Amino acid sequence: METLGLVVAAAHIAAAISLLNGLLTTFGQAKIAAQAIESIARQPEAADSIRSTMFVGLAMAETSGIYGLLIAIIMLFANPLINIVVSYL
Amino acid sequence: MSLNVDNVFVIDVGGFEVWITETIISTWFIMLIIIIFAIIARIKLSRFRVIPTGFQNVVEFIVESFDKFSVNTLGKNLSYISPWYFTVFAFILLSSLLSIFGLRAPTADFATTFALALASFALMIFMGLRHRKGKYLKSFFEPHFMFFPLNLIGELAKPVSLSFRLFGNVLSGTIILTLYYALTPIFVQFGIPALLHAFFDVLFGALQTYIFVIISLMYVKGAAE
Repeated sequence: METLGLVVAAAHIAAAISLLNGLLTTFGQAKIAAQAIESIARQPEAADSIRSTMFVGLAMAETSGIYGLLIAIIMLFANPLINIVVSYL
Repeated sequence: MSLNVDNVFVIDVGGFEVWITETIISTWFIMLIIIIFAIIARIKLSRFRVIPTGFQNVVEFIVESFDKFSVNTLGKNLSYISPWYFTVFAFILLSSLLSIFGLRAPTADFATTFALALASFALMIFMGLRHRKGKYLKSFFEPHFMFFPLNLIGELAKPVSLSFRLFGNVLSGTIILTLYYALTPIFVQFGIPALLHAFFDVLFGALQTYIFVIISLMYVKGAAE
């Protein structure tokens, strides 16, 4: 029973750590948005193409954040380690 | 709504158990909406006039704006694949909007998004082979044939990242709304969730639909040119 508790606690800590990559993802997205606003202010006639490129860039930068989120969700709700530990007990 | 994809009923097809989950039922709803809309548009097509009015205006606006979008992204000679992506666009957008009505969005199931991404991947390879033929296969071995494993992994990562992006976004919205409905008392469950639904379903749903389609189109363009 203690082993199971240890594994569950470790999984929750791992989920929290994997969500920390939101910090860097947000920083990158903020940089993309700031640059896009700067270029739109300098060249308002190119706003449409800059906006669509910005959305693609935001999606690309968001991917790593989504991976972290999925790892956290797997750790919390579909953890494979817990099944292994239960089969050993 | 819940965190798991619930099983509604099981049918038996020749000894195989086929599980009809919430995802499949929501998918049937969306198929019904799209098919009925398409049939109505097809019947009314014979009575379309040069100067559009009413329903014809709506249909022409939708088709023309998507055509313009795909020609802008793909270029003139590749834009004949835009009907497929128009269907994908309508499907993902409607599936995000479906969760407003309390049904589970089909895109919150990894099977749906992975199927869509695999279709995009197959279309990408097909378009590359059709338009560049041998040069497309040769592009795997550039700049040197030692780079083949790297290029292969790079290509195989495309459908995975495409499907995980859509899945993660929709699932995170679903989880937050489920937590809100499960944790709050009943008297704050009227009115206030509309804001959350507007943010996570309508705004994120539309944005992720746009991103899924435009990134798929860019992959196709990169393979075919």
